Amino acid sequence: MSNQEEVMEGSHAVAHAIKGADPEVIAAYPITPQTHIVEKLSQFVADGELDSEYVKVESEFSAMSSCVGSSATGARTYTATSSQGLLLMNEVLYNASGLRLPIVMGVANRALGAPINIWNDHSDSIGVRDAGWIQLYAETNQEALDMSIQAYEIAENQDVMLPTMVCMDGYILTHTYEPVSIPEREEIQDFLSPYEPEHKLDPENPETFGTVGFPRDYTEFRYQQFDAMDNATDVIKQVFDEYSDKFGREQRGLIEEYRTEDADIVLISLGSIMGVVKETVDSLREEGKKIGAIKVRAFRPSPAQELIEAIKGSDVIAVLDKNVSIGKKGALFTELKDELYSSDVNPLAKNFIVGLGGRDVPEDSVKKIAKKAEKAKEHGRVKKEIEFIDLKEVYDND
Amino acid sequence: MTRLEKKERFTSGHRACGGCGLALGARLAMKAVDDNSIATCATGCLEVTSSPYPQSSWKIPWLHSLFENSAAVAGGVEAALRAKGKQDINVVAQGGDGGTVDIGMRSLSGMLERGHDVAYICYDNEAYMNTGIQRSGSTPMNASTTTSPAGEESFGNENRKKNALKIAAAHNIPYVASASVAYPDDLIEKVKKANEINGPTYVQIHTPCPTGWGHEGDITVKLARLAVETGLWVLYEREEGEIKDVKKIKDRKPVEEYLKPQKRFKHLFKKEGGEERIQEIQEIADSNAEKFHLDEE
Ligand SMILES: Cc1ncc(C[n+]2csc(CCOP(=O)(O)OP(=O)(O)O)c2C)c(N)n1
Ligand code: SF4
Ligand SMILES: [Mg+2]
Repeated sequence: MSNQEEVMEGSHAVAHAIKGADPEVIAAYPITPQTHIVEKLSQFVADGELDSEYVKVESEFSAMSSCVGSSATGARTYTATSSQGLLLMNEVLYNASGLRLPIVMGVANRALGAPINIWNDHSDSIGVRDAGWIQLYAETNQEALDMSIQAYEIAENQDVMLPTMVCMDGYILTHTYEPVSIPEREEIQDFLSPYEPEHKLDPENPETFGTVGFPRDYTEFRYQQFDAMDNATDVIKQVFDEYSDKFGREQRGLIEEYRTEDADIVLISLGSIMGVVKETVDSLREEGKKIGAIKVRAFRPSPAQELIEAIKGSDVIAVLDKNVSIGKKGALFTELKDELYSSDVNPLAKNFIVGLGGRDVPEDSVKKIAKKAEKAKEHGRVKKEIEFIDLKEVYDND
Repeated sequence: MTRLEKKERFTSGHRACGGCGLALGARLAMKAVDDNSIATCATGCLEVTSSPYPQSSWKIPWLHSLFENSAAVAGGVEAALRAKGKQDINVVAQGGDGGTVDIGMRSLSGMLERGHDVAYICYDNEAYMNTGIQRSGSTPMNASTTTSPAGEESFGNENRKKNALKIAAAHNIPYVASASVAYPDDLIEKVKKANEINGPTYVQIHTPCPTGWGHEGDITVKLARLAVETGLWVLYEREEGEIKDVKKIKDRKPVEEYLKPQKRFKHLFKKEGGEERIQEIQEIADSNAEKFHLDEE
C-alpha cells in the first residue's frame, strides 16, 4: 500500500483514522488520557479538514445521549472517553445497544477511582462488558488506528448493528509516539460501506423508537442482540481480512497466536501488554522453553472458541488480566475457564492480575508469571488460581 | 376559540388515565408542530402510555431513550440534521417535570446553552406520576405526595415549586413560555412559536393529573384554568429576555377554589394549622400577581 509512515502519538493516530471515516456527528467530553483524541478532532473541524458537526456536550452522559440521537437520525457518529467518563455513560451504553445504534467509541483505558488514578488498566471497559457493545482491544497505535476504521464497517453491518468500542491503553498507547501508516481518506471511504440504516428518524417515514417492551416481547429484543453479537464474530473476521488485504496488514481473527505451535505454556492477554509478553516468549524460547502467547483482539463477541482451539495441546495457560472483579477473578480468565468446562481441552489454568492503575509490567514480571506456570506444570496442579503480580511484600503471602 | 387543526399527531388509543392533562397537552402540542418534525421523549407517563410495543400513538418520528436525556438526545438529532443539511426539519424534545427540572436538568441546561435548534416542552404535572406520585422539584408547597405525605407532623411537600422557566431563561435563549391545557389556542400558538424560532426554546405546560392530584377526570381543564385564575400558574412569554404578554386576571380567585377539589391538598382543610398553610399558598399567588402585574383593573 502506498500510505506513508508518520510518527505520532496514539491519540492522534486514532483521530486521523476517524477523520478518514468521516463521521457526520461527534459528541464528546474531555477526560485524561482520552482528551487528545477529541482535541485533535476539534482541530480538524476548526481547520476545515473534517466536516463533522462537533457537539461540545456538558458531560459524558450527554455525549452518549447525543450520539444516540444522532445515530438514530441516520448519521455516522463518533465519541471517545475513558474511565469515569465511561461509567457516567453507563446507562446510555445499554440504551445505544438496545436501540441497535452502530456508534463507534474510542476508549482510552484507565483505572477507576477510588483512589483516583489516571493511569492504565482495563477496569473501565471490562466493567461495561455486558452493555451489549462490541469490544476490540489494540496492542499498538497502528492497530488502534486500523480498528477505529474497521469498527464502522463491523458496527454498521446490517447483520450486526451494534455499537463498538475500540479500546487502547491509556498513556501506554494514547501518549506514546510510534510510526503509523495512515490510509488516505479516499482509501478509507472506499473501504467503508456507506451508512444507510434500514430504520431511522425520518419524517418521510415516521417510526417509533424506544418503545416499552413488555414481558411478552422483551426476551426477543435481547435475543436479537445476542444473535447479532454472534453474527459479529464472522463479520469481524471478514472485515479484518478485507482490511489486511487492502492495506497490507496482518490483523486477522479475534485472536492472534504467537509461537504457540508446540507450546506447553501459553500466556494469554489483551492490549499493549502483548508487546512485552511476546518479547518474554522470545527470550524464554532462546532458553529452550516451549512457551507461546495469545493476544485477544475482540473481547466481545467472546473469543473463547478460537482460544480453545489455539490452546489445544498446551499444559498450562496463564491469563494476564489488567482488571479484577473484587470477590472473583480477572475477566478474561473467568470467561475462558467457563468455556473450557464444556470442551475437551483441559489445561491447568492460572490467573495473574497485573498492571493495575498504571503499574509497569516489565519483562521480569512476565518471566515470574512464566515460572509460576512452569511450576504448576511440574506439580501437575494449580495451588493458587489467582495471584496479584508484584504485590508489595507485606501483602505477598507466597 | 379558533378551530383546532383536525390532524392528530398524538393519536387516541394511548393508555393514559381518563381526563389526563398530560395526554391533552401532548395532543395540543402535536397540533402545533407540523409533519416535518422529529420528537424525543423522556421516560414518564407520556412515554409509557403512548408506546407499548408494537403500538404507538406517534404520527411523527419519535425516540424515547432514557428518563434524564431527552434534551441531549434531541441535541444529537438536531446535530445530525444539520450535518445532513436538513435544518428544515423541526426537533421537539419532551419530558415530564421530573425528567426536566430534576434529573434531566444537566442535559437540558447543556442543550439550551449550546444553542441547538430544539423546542423543549415540559409537561408539568407537578410530581413523578409514572412511578406513583412521588414529589419532584416541581411539586407545589404543601402538596401531599407519596414521598412527601401529609401526616401527623407533616403538611406535605415542604419546598416551593422550582422555577424552571426562570432557569431556562437564564440561558439567554430566545424564547421561554408557560402554557396551560385550559388555554388551547394560547398553548398551540406558543408551541408553534417555539418551533419556528431558530435556536433553543422552552415551553412548560401545566397539566393536571387526576390520578396524582386526586380529582375527578372531568374537571382537569377547569382545574388548570383555576390555577391561572388564582395566580398560582402564570401564563407569559419571555422573548429575548423580556417578559411579554402576561395573561391578566380579572377578579383573581382565592387559592382555596383551586386547592379544594384536589385530594393532595385535602389535609390543609382538615388539619389544625392548615389555614396558615393555605395562607402561605395565597401569598405565593399574591407575590406572583405583584411580580407579573396580574390583576386587571
Ligand atoms: C435514572 C432513572 N431513575 C429513575 C427512574 C424511574 N422513573 C421513571 S419515570 C419517573 C418519574 C417521571 O416523572 P415526570 O418526569 O414528572 O413524568 P410524569 O410521569 O409525571 O409525567 C421515574 C422516577 C428511571 N426510569 N430512570
Ligand atoms: S397518572 Fe396522571 S399523568 Fe399519568 S397517565 Fe394518569 S392522569 Fe396522566
Ligand atoms: Mg410529572
